[in-house]
Order: sequence, then structure tokens, then C-alpha cells
Amino acid sequence: MNEKNRNINGVITPTEKANIFSNSLGFIKKNWIGFTLLASLYAIILVLEQVLPVSSMLFVVLKKGAIYALVAVSMNLCNGFTGLFSLGQAGFMLIGAYIYGIFTIPLEARAAVYQYFDGGIINFTVPVPVALIMAGLAAALFAYLIGLPVLRLKSDYLAIATLGFAEIIRAFFQWDKLGPVTNGSNLLRRFPVFSSTLYPFVVSSICITIIVLLINSSYGRAFKAIRDDEVAAEAMGINLAKHKQLSFTISSFFAGVGGALLAMYQTTVQAAPFKAAMTYEILLIVVIGGIGSVTGSVLSSFLFIACSEWWLRFLDSETYIGSFRIPLLASGFRKVVFSIIIMIIVLFYSQGIMGTNEISIDALLRFFKKLFRKGSKEEAT
Amino acid sequence: MMLRINNLKVNYGGIEAVKGISFTVPEKSIVTLIGANGAGKSTTLRTIAGLVKPQSGNIEFLGEDITGKGAADIVSHGITMVPEGRKIFPDLTVLENLKIGAYLRKDDLTDDLNLVFDLFPRLKERSWQHGGTLSGGEQQMLAVGRALMSRPKLMMMDEPSLGLAPLIVRNIFEIIQEINKQGVTILLIEQNANMALKVADIGYVLETGRITLSGTGAELLADEGVKAAYLGAKAK
Repeated sequence: MNEKNRNINGVITPTEKANIFSNSLGFIKKNWIGFTLLASLYAIILVLEQVLPVSSMLFVVLKKGAIYALVAVSMNLCNGFTGLFSLGQAGFMLIGAYIYGIFTIPLEARAAVYQYFDGGIINFTVPVPVALIMAGLAAALFAYLIGLPVLRLKSDYLAIATLGFAEIIRAFFQWDKLGPVTNGSNLLRRFPVFSSTLYPFVVSSICITIIVLLINSSYGRAFKAIRDDEVAAEAMGINLAKHKQLSFTISSFFAGVGGALLAMYQTTVQAAPFKAAMTYEILLIVVIGGIGSVTGSVLSSFLFIACSEWWLRFLDSETYIGSFRIPLLASGFRKVVFSIIIMIIVLFYSQGIMGTNEISIDALLRFFKKLFRKGSKEEAT
Repeated sequence: MMLRINNLKVNYGGIEAVKGISFTVPEKSIVTLIGANGAGKSTTLRTIAGLVKPQSGNIEFLGEDITGKGAADIVSHGITMVPEGRKIFPDLTVLENLKIGAYLRKDDLTDDLNLVFDLFPRLKERSWQHGGTLSGGEQQMLAVGRALMSRPKLMMMDEPSLGLAPLIVRNIFEIIQEINKQGVTILLIEQNANMALKVADIGYVLETGRITLSGTGAELLADEGVKAAYLGAKAK
């Protein structure tokens, strides 16, 4: 961010406060390199899908990584940029996942899905993009309501309260009386899923772009001011309650969208796995990436998912060299190694991969220019 | 009269920190409240800034009653505060810190930024550094610059000399006078009474929540009681 601001060189446009969306055209113009890179990333994924077998682990990592990137960035908005230590992420994802499932299961499949509840009571479906937005809005609405009492709390108290609320949501959605809507503790299934790896990428990148625009706007600056010093921020005329509520609600909106994407990825939804453990996983991603760094969160999401789903899988399977069985390698060992890696990161790299820095195109260009100049100098001598 | 405080009582942390004080701040003047630790100076400023709600009494700003209004409302009325211990935002850049100062304004900031950078050329050089990497004196400059960004009519300063080297303190006080010349009224609280009274048009002495003495800066400087209690002169 700092790198990007460097171009403005002290001059500020008067419209900064204006809404984010009217600025997005200028944003696209200013960041055309970034958008070209994004487009080529999409193209690479399309090509990979043609070349590699569908069962390749790479696609699992890409899909789940993109979804977790969105959720991690949304958590970072609240925890890293506004300093609100909320642990409700899994709860908001659950709301998003359920809303998506409930409103997109095709009518003809409902009798089979809601077999214990006479086909359920919802008799319509909405298109997938609408359902994604509904998922976000439902999570945001809920966040707004619990935010009213909960955001008065500070640090650890806020964490405990949001964690508690997330657990309540999970129990609530499994409640038998709600069965005609949520299917109780049974699976929701047969709703539309990803047809291509590109889908979660496009949705995630749109959402993350919106979050980045927000962070770079004057609202984002106010969030960071609140994080740095609440009293000073209030003395500058920033309405603490309003801005905390705003950050919390928007963060939850995107967690809801992320939850819906996760439902699409998993092809089924059940409340049980949306436990605190899921929130911790996302928190870990945020910490590993760097609290207060969007690019850090994105990078570490893909790394984390690649390690947990793919690269460290071999630790779980018994392996023999000749007749020698390699010790320790057995089911569950992967988790041990993983925990050790996490401990090392937290102990020695508590700033995470990126700290509060960002990878920006300007910085990369400068880096390469420097490298190039150094190279040509060495040639000259 | 720019600011009029009438019989203000404030409870802070369960005790009555301000026990009914009244004072006035004339337009375009420098007014100082001096007093020892715990005299209620900071609480008074925080109450005017809207960060603390008063028990009773009222605060009038340019003829309007602003008692009990929220901090954001007070800032948009034209009162700004440079908090004690500077309280700059350490992880925001200098430029971002300044922009936060103008958070409630929606117009063009270029002129104000240039004004602040003229006043503090050092801040311009460092505009890309994080606030937390500045030295104490530079942080104080940033805190003053940030306050100016809201285009205040009244700037309140809470212990601007706290923890700074004497040379830098003198520098800060020169700047306070410079800002005052440009038409901003200053309400200053200080433990460094000597420095504060030298620049002040009017001074008030606050003791355990009450005003015990008032006069022009020069009068208070010459007062034997003030000398003995606050200026370190030996009682004869």
C-alpha cells in the first residue's frame, strides 16, 4: 500500500471520500498491469484444466486455496486492519454455506434431499450468483445484529464472545425444528457446484479486489487508525462504534460468500465441520501470512492448503524402502509435523511471511530495475 | 469569547477530578492551564473534546452550547486536540496520519498539506515513513500537523513538552506561537509552567480540580506562590 501511495506524492484527490465504486474505473486504469497478470492467471488455469487430469491434486489446492484466500482476507480486514479480534469466522461461513445450499437445490431434487421433512418448505430456487450475494448478506445481517452488543468488548473478550456466537449458530442450524428449512443435522446436497477451477478464482478475486479498495479508501485508513490507537482515532473525529460495526459486517459478508464457495467446493453442506477448529485454521493462515497484509493472507492460504492437502500427505502413509519401514510415518503424523511447523513460525517468524507489507507491482518493478542495473554495472566493471 | 466553561464538574475513574471550574478562552489568544499531576487538567481537555461526559456545568463554543456532544461532533465544530503523549498512529505513514486528521472534511486537502509541510519541512521529507519510526520531536510535530489538518478554530494541546529535549520543546513552543499568529486559538495545558506562561496571554492555575489563581502569563510568572509551586524557585 505504501508503495502505491508513493506515486501520489502528497497530493490528494478531493474525491477520496467518495464511494469506492466510482473510483474503480480509475483503479483499473492505474493497475492495468495487475489486471493483465490476473487475466493471464485465469488463462493459465484454463490451460491447466485442459492439460492435466481432472483428479490432479493441483486443482484441489487451487480451488480450496482460492476460497480460503477470500476468507482469510476477510478475517484480516477485521482482525488485522481494524484490530478487532473476532473468532466468529466459521459461524459466518456456515450461514453463507447454508443460505447458498437452501436456495439453490433444484426443485426436483428437494424431495430426495429433505426426505425427513416432506421436501422442505422452500419452493423456489435462485440463480447461483444471486445465492452467493444472499449468502453474504445473510452473514452480514447476522454480524450486524451480534455486533451491536459484542463490539463493545475489547480484545480477548470479543474473541470469546464471537467464538460463542459461532458455536450457537452451528447448534441452531442443526436444530430439528428448523428441519424444513435447514434439513436439521442431515446433509444438504445436489445444489450447483463448480464446473471449473476458474469459478472460485473469479469470485474470490472480485471480492478481494473490493476489500483492497475498501482498505485503501479513507474508511480503510480510519480502520487502521482505530487499530493503532482508539483514543486518538476518536479524538480525530472517527466514530468508533460505526466504523467497527462497518468493518465487522463487511468482513462477515465476505466470510459468508466464502462459506457459499466452500459449499460448492465440498458439494455437500453439514453444520458439523464448521467448528472453532475451522476458524483457527483461518486464523493460522492470517498469522502465517502476516496480520495486516492482504497479499500475505493470499500467499499463505495457497501454501497452507497445498501443505495440508498435498505436499505433506506422504507423512500419513506407511512407507517402505525395501523391507525397511520408515519410522513415524503413519496416519496422523502429518498433523504432528504441521503443528511443529506452526510453532516454529509463531516462535521465530511472528511477523508472518509478509508482516504488514504488501507485494505490489510498483515494488516488483523497482526490484527488477535495481537488479537489472546492478547486473549491468557488474558487466561494465 | 470563543470558549466559555461554566462551573464544570467531571467524574473520572470514580473520583471527582474536576470540581466546578469556570474559565474563558478569548478568540485568537493563547490560554494555558497549569498545575501538578492529577489537578484535573487532562480531564478538562478531554471533556471539552467530547471524550468524557461532564457531570454538570456547561461548555459554550462561539455562543453555542456543546456540552455532552460526541467527539466527532466537537471536531466538526472546529475544536481539535493534540493528545497527551502525542498518540500518533505508529503503523500508518506520516501522510496517512495527516489525512486521518482531516477525516471529517470532504474537500480538497492539498492546501492544508502544503501548509503543514511548510510548517514542518521534516514531515515532508519523512512523509512515507511509518509514524512509529519518527523521533519524539518529529512525532510531536506530526501530532500538531495532524490536528491542524481539521482546520481548527481552537487547538487544545495536552502536555506538548512531555518527554522532549529542551531544545525541541523551545522549537515546539515557537511553532505554537506561529500557529496562533495564523489565527488559531490555543488552549494549552502544561507541567512545564515556565515555558507555557511565557507564551500565554492568559493563565489559570488548577489545583485538585479547582482554579486557584488566574491572570496574564506575565503576572503569573511573577507571582511568588506560582514561582514556589511550579517554577522551581526557592521560597524565601
